[in-house]
Amino acid sequence: MTPITIEQVRKRAEADARTYGYHLVSDPDLLQGLLDGLRVNEERYGYPSCPCRLASGNFDYDRDIICPCDYRDPDVAEYGACYCRLYVNTDVYEGKTPLPTVPERRPVEKQSRAFGPATPSAETKPAATAEEKEEHVQIGPKLWYCKQCGYVVFREEPPYICPICKAKREMFAEIKTRIDFIG
Amino acid sequence: MQFSKVQGEKKQHKVVLYALSTCVWCKMTKQYLKDSGVEYDYVDIDLCTEEEKQKIRQEIQNKGGPLSYPTTIIDDKVVVTGFRKDLLKETLGL
Repeated sequence: MTPITIEQVRKRAEADARTYGYHLVSDPDLLQGLLDGLRVNEERYGYPSCPCRLASGNFDYDRDIICPCDYRDPDVAEYGACYCRLYVNTDVYEGKTPLPTVPERRPVEKQSRAFGPATPSAETKPAATAEEKEEHVQIGPKLWYCKQCGYVVFREEPPYICPICKAKREMFAEIKTRIDFIG
Repeated sequence: MQFSKVQGEKKQHKVVLYALSTCVWCKMTKQYLKDSGVEYDYVDIDLCTEEEKQKIRQEIQNKGGPLSYPTTIIDDKVVVTGFRKDLLKETLGL
């Protein structure tokens, strides 16, 4: 396999930023560092997992942190940048708002998987774990549709910008489903 | 556990940095501590063995730290997550 270059990683990220209406962070050193981290991870694991998160090397466990990660859209919507700050919104890109600090949105139980086979340690508080799990179930993915073009997506929150027609998040509405059992 | 020590003339605080080798913010934290002359120990968790990772997770969580990087633990009690120059400066009296 030919080694992946930073230029390839950059082009892919730029194309994705364009599609979703984001920008890559403007600071050249920061950008270079982030892209290089992605390149190293792609060589190491076979997929570009987030350079700022610990990957497990198991694709199924790392799926949510493969760049662009599942948390990018909600983080850019709420803070103006994603967790590692590779992707930023226009205000941050143009310097109208400073580069924000973005807290980790990824659930702790997913982060923990990267630390090897889960043998619950004595220090783990069972009550807290149960609560977290319950909360996670409650959040769960839902069906959303774009009122402008009809694009449908199954995820926790609607996308920041519709990938098809570029409508804003406000144009998304939840599709309520009900299953009835009769007889 | 594979901690590396970075020498510095400021040794009044025990500074332990949990980092990832791929993370640019971790690199900046390392550089900032080094440039400030702070002596510190760091570990790149992504380069550790599975066993070491487990030990490190317990160590971080026992000290009340989150599993995000960089996490700097100062004197076993102050936890600074992210490259927070302001917090590091204040806690270390730089």
